[in-house]
Amino acid sequence: MCTTCGCSHSSSHSHSRAVSTEESRMVEIEKDILHKNNQYATKNRKWLSDKNIVALNLLSSPGSGKTFLLTRTIDVLKSRVDISVIEGDQQTTNDADRIKQAGAKALQINTGRGCHLDAHMIAHALEKLAPAKNSLLFIENVGNLVCPALFDLGEAKKVVILSVTEGEDKPVKYPDMFHVADLVVLNKIDLLPHLDFSVDKCIEYARKIKPDIEVIQVSATTGEGMSEWYSWVLGV
Amino acid sequence: MHEMSLCESIIESIRESADREAFTQVRSVFLEIGKLAGVELDSMRFGFDVLSRGTLLENARLNIVSVPGAAKCCDCSNVVEIHERYSSCPFCGSFHLKIIRGDELRIKNLEVV
Repeated sequence: MCTTCGCSHSSSHSHSRAVSTEESRMVEIEKDILHKNNQYATKNRKWLSDKNIVALNLLSSPGSGKTFLLTRTIDVLKSRVDISVIEGDQQTTNDADRIKQAGAKALQINTGRGCHLDAHMIAHALEKLAPAKNSLLFIENVGNLVCPALFDLGEAKKVVILSVTEGEDKPVKYPDMFHVADLVVLNKIDLLPHLDFSVDKCIEYARKIKPDIEVIQVSATTGEGMSEWYSWVLGV
Repeated sequence: MHEMSLCESIIESIRESADREAFTQVRSVFLEIGKLAGVELDSMRFGFDVLSRGTLLENARLNIVSVPGAAKCCDCSNVVEIHERYSSCPFCGSFHLKIIRGDELRIKNLEVV
């Protein structure tokens, strides 16, 4: 490996800048780096709103229980509204398989080495999945509290799912994610008696980042708090 | 590492403007990155080096202007400097701060031939 720049080339390649004798000039660009993503996101948002589809972008670290929360939600809400799911994972179709078993239409996006979904991927997924008019679409993002925060997908709302088995200070450790979120779902609260996790402290941290952020406490396993989550989803 | 995706977007945007602005090689790229934008500058430089190879940006110098964070307090209306998204207002202690600077992710201009 090259020790100068860390690339996979042999150490013999040159790092000198190519020098052209041509005179250079300045070109003004003034463009947002995320311009392209945001264009796709705007298109997605319009496409979804024309069909009256409510899209929720679900964000969390790996292991927060978001797929289980989703399968429970599908069980309960599928008789009231048509539900489809876009699943983002680096590898495997395991999660999409679980969603299909629960009775919703699902499409798996494997990002390979990618750490987040972007609006372009969602645009293609919408074409393939073809969610019904007047339906609900969940986008389960790649388990990662950092990178997905930057990428608008065209969703109606962003929901961060945080489980109480994680640190209560996650909101201040990953402020960018909590800053863009509309709702925090605090999951696995049935485990609270066994843990040293202060719910109040966690909410206080989240509201330091975003004072008006909503918080719903649930246990997808016992069903506690889930009715509040269902009402929130149906009210978006 | 979303910095890789950001570098891809930068390179794509610049390639698109190459025809319009009639240039064939980029010598320098000037970016403005806010300190609250959630971007690691070292990762950005690494990604740019790797992804620019074989493109019209190969060997281009990446100049990044880092923009400090600033916010307006929704309670006392002071404009304050902030280093973190969870900073509070140093005047009144409120967390109701509206970020007005520091989340920029912009391609400003290019030096081209």
